[in-house]
Amino acid sequence: MKIKQLATVALTTLAVSAPVAADLVFPSLSYRTGPYAAGGTPVADGYADYFTLLNQRDGGIGGVMTSVPECETGYNTAKGVECYESTKGDGALVYMPLSTGITYQLIPKVTADDIPLVTTGYGRTSAANGAVFSHVFNFPANYWAGASRIINSIMDEAGGDISGKNIALVYHNSGYGKEPIPTLKALAEKHNFNLTLIPVDHPGQEQKSQWLQIRRERPDNIIMYGWGVMNQVALQEAANIRYPMDQMYGIWWSVTENDKLEGMGSHGYKGATFHNVGTDYPIFSDLQKYVVDAGLAAGDGSNVGTVLYNRGLYGAMLAAEAAKTAQAMFGVKDITSGQMRDAFEALDITAEVMAAAGMPNFGPAFKVSCANHGGPGLAGIQQWDGKAQEWKLIGDFEAPDMDVIAPLIKADSEAYAKENNITPRDC
Amino acid sequence: MSADFLYTVEVILNGLMAGVMYSLVALGFVLIFKASGIFNYAQGVMALFAAMTLVGIQTGQIPFAHLINAVFGTDVHHFGWQVPAFFAIILTVAVMVLFAIIVEKYILHHLVNQEPIILFMATIGLAYFMEGFGDIMWGSEIKTMDVGIPSGGSLWLEEYTVGWAAEGERYWGMYIDKLDMVATAVAIILVVSLTLFSQYTKTGRALRAVADDHQAALSVGISLRAIWVIVWSIAGFVALVAGIMWGAKSGVQFSLSLIALKALPVLMLGGFTSIPGAIIGGLIIGVGEKLFEFAVGPMIGGATENWFAYVLALMFLVFRPQGLFGEKIIERV
Repeated sequence: MKIKQLATVALTTLAVSAPVAADLVFPSLSYRTGPYAAGGTPVADGYADYFTLLNQRDGGIGGVMTSVPECETGYNTAKGVECYESTKGDGALVYMPLSTGITYQLIPKVTADDIPLVTTGYGRTSAANGAVFSHVFNFPANYWAGASRIINSIMDEAGGDISGKNIALVYHNSGYGKEPIPTLKALAEKHNFNLTLIPVDHPGQEQKSQWLQIRRERPDNIIMYGWGVMNQVALQEAANIRYPMDQMYGIWWSVTENDKLEGMGSHGYKGATFHNVGTDYPIFSDLQKYVVDAGLAAGDGSNVGTVLYNRGLYGAMLAAEAAKTAQAMFGVKDITSGQMRDAFEALDITAEVMAAAGMPNFGPAFKVSCANHGGPGLAGIQQWDGKAQEWKLIGDFEAPDMDVIAPLIKADSEAYAKENNITPRDC
Repeated sequence: MSADFLYTVEVILNGLMAGVMYSLVALGFVLIFKASGIFNYAQGVMALFAAMTLVGIQTGQIPFAHLINAVFGTDVHHFGWQVPAFFAIILTVAVMVLFAIIVEKYILHHLVNQEPIILFMATIGLAYFMEGFGDIMWGSEIKTMDVGIPSGGSLWLEEYTVGWAAEGERYWGMYIDKLDMVATAVAIILVVSLTLFSQYTKTGRALRAVADDHQAALSVGISLRAIWVIVWSIAGFVALVAGIMWGAKSGVQFSLSLIALKALPVLMLGGFTSIPGAIIGGLIIGVGEKLFEFAVGPMIGGATENWFAYVLALMFLVFRPQGLFGEKIIERV
């Protein structure tokens, strides 16, 4: 009797946990636990809720239901790789690991397994070179584009001339935080400003030395590439030394609802973004009706409309659009990961596509190609409004300084190709 | 005075203050190790749990709200009231005492006379359990710690000292965070209270007796179980104080549990069994790492503090393996 019961439980568990064979599978390598859970949870909620919406409202994509099996990485690279290995056999169409560390480990694996890896706003910047990184996509913007957009914004505010200015980069002392350094060095040379590099070790709970240095040197602007607790401590320390918040910029992982101070404490703080903010889009009423009110939301609904939720939602929308493109390109409903890769390479996100998805002007219009997996790198500027307690988009989606970035992408990707004996594709 | 000299003094003062913050965490480790020989891996998580509980009580959050809503299909999150900080702290202390009783009854009681490594492993399990339990109970979102502690540089001090530098030098006055000043005052009160408690009260003497020899203490009628509950309760209270101070800087979130990493070099340096050692060790680590970062950091790329604290502790260990104030263990054949 006992064995029978155990067998029943085991079979039921298998039936529940394994995706139905015909589903379009979009695994979610999420982190709802650990030091970065406050950031990982809303992204995972947004990602899952979008596919739930497609299932409930549209009957899936092209008539095929979607499934989003979640695997908890804890933002740990080793666990992330385990998650990839354990889910790739279930018909995974695309991975968005939400971690630069995991991305670096998965690049050779996805290439060998013929599965696309999409890293919207993170990962290896030079993966924009599709000739070398055939399976990696980092549209619509990457870290170098973000750094360039921030410098452009600083230049605009300074009337076009920032020569002689002192700009400090406060960064997470990791692969992620170090990503913008080559670009900022090149931009410093081009625009003749002084760049000071100030690293903060993980997790960033104690930053007294860094902010004493900033207080001594009084840089004209601060650019922050932080994540998790590092952001909150940095903002608190900036407020403590009375650093002007409107002269401080964060990359998109440092400008979320988690990255603010109470009241007017961080009013005026700015940052780069590659998607819009808020809930003023038709899709949110559908989400409320078909997902949240139906009790099908991945979370409790409290994250809907936050910066990171919107980022997860946007990532899912781009993946879904690629799936639709693949279905149209190959004339089949049950697409493979290889077909999905081809579709990503042919992705054309127009204003009409965004509007049809219920997200008009939510993100920039862009096109992907064999040679360019990063798109045009359009990024906007958002600013924290302490009175309204919300982020507002204050700068349009604009192109970065590709004269500086393009040679860096070329050099880095070619070095990668050489190290790994990759013959670049003829795009 | 030259601005460089004044900046060096500023770094030393801020290092001392940072050291006090490290000591607050190290104290909890020392208390438990001293009384029971257990290296409590869960001390950092206790600080996180205590801080989450304090904010939860203060803001009228319903414990296990996510679980309740998921099971019963409800949508409840708050009771709708705010509890004054003082009463919320009292209630949190009560929760930490309850926690101590549960730990003693369900973990330590079953592990009496086990090897220290077994007890250490048990605290690792406890730490992971509490991480998840805390999240389920209060949620994993970042919470604001507001018990009325001021923060930010002292304007008075900056204005008073700004004229100390020679004319024409770039100097902005001495910077010390008011939160760090409060933390220092709290740490002094805490250490004096703990010292008086252990020296001049019957329970304190019993604690010391248990620390010296479990079996001898038992033979004169001291209840080991009661002592362990008391020690874990005090460590819970110290964790709450550390959680409040660190939580006021960064918000209450998972990373608060990682402050334990800052306490380890302090313990190595000050010794695992000395309350003054935890304080002096913290001060040395705080000043040492800040000065190194200030003087050498820019030459080698910065971010030296995390590893230099351990290098400093190891340097001391070469000369005093038991730590500055640790008990010297002499074993003869």
